[in-house]
Amino acid sequence: MAFRPIATTRSATGMPTGRLAIWWLIVSEIVIFGGVLASYIMHRIGHPEWAYQAEHTNLVAGSVNTIVLLTSSLLAVLAHNAAEMGDGKKAAKLFVGTILGGLVFLVIKSFEWGNEIAHGYTITSSGFWAFYYTAAGIHGTHVLVGMIVMGFVAYDAWHGRELQRIEFAGIYWHFVDVVWIFLFPLLYIAS
Amino acid sequence: MSGDAHHDHAHAEHHDHSKFYIKVWAALFVLFLISVFGTLTPWFFVTIIVGFGIALVKAYLVVRYFMHVDIEKPVVHYALIAGLALMVLFFAAVSPDVLNHEGSRWVNVAARAEMERREAAHAAGEGGHHEAAPAAGHEAPAAEAGH
Repeated sequence: MAFRPIATTRSATGMPTGRLAIWWLIVSEIVIFGGVLASYIMHRIGHPEWAYQAEHTNLVAGSVNTIVLLTSSLLAVLAHNAAEMGDGKKAAKLFVGTILGGLVFLVIKSFEWGNEIAHGYTITSSGFWAFYYTAAGIHGTHVLVGMIVMGFVAYDAWHGRELQRIEFAGIYWHFVDVVWIFLFPLLYIAS
Repeated sequence: MSGDAHHDHAHAEHHDHSKFYIKVWAALFVLFLISVFGTLTPWFFVTIIVGFGIALVKAYLVVRYFMHVDIEKPVVHYALIAGLALMVLFFAAVSPDVLNHEGSRWVNVAARAEMERREAAHAAGEGGHHEAAPAAGHEAPAAEAGH
């Protein structure tokens, strides 16, 4: 039997330690993203003139990315469903689809940012653009990290190992989706 | 070990919920379309209500049905509520200084200057739009003045 750290086999709360850990991580993420979003909202209300700059964000790119992330979340929960039924190979395939969704999101985001920077809207242009690049940048970093983690988890799942991690990584991915659900109206609609 | 046992038990009883998850995704997609079409209305108030109201509903659907927060232990709910409470506390404590640009004994000169500069630029037809990359010397003072 392979060695397993005691922390992964002991449960003081009555729930799997890994799932408790992922929720703990998400709480810390709420504080991080909550701070950024709360700061943005109060500044946006205090500076009505930011609306002139918000008009220049790309609603089409933001909309397509919203659909992409929602769909990738669907694939993640379907992977969880497959893992619950003990089908590691199907779960791994669905997770690869989730990873591809994240890749499409980042590619669209890179074109979007490239176009905006080419038009002179950089992180130092104004308070609005500083928040825009900071919030979307932190979010994009989380997308990238999620893709990498899901790659390792999918590899294990393909070999029938640690299927519970499909659920843990999925919970993280859904949270990243929820953050985007709020970023979308804040950055693209409220102009 | 109890966690693993719980999961093994779950495997034995688990049914395929794929169709239900696809229905939730379809609901999310329809809500997304409504929020985008809400931007086409000429009323800013409607746009904001539709945009953020629908965002809340979409977030609820994802957290409830994709993250399965409703079947988690109370400790998870307490932790999530604590995180959200800290966000609200932060907003309540800081927002008076950001939402207002002057008080009984202070004036945020930089914020006012930034607002006036942007309003003047917009009135002049610039709208904050830069056809070419702005010269650093031109933009930097404004950025500093505002923030």
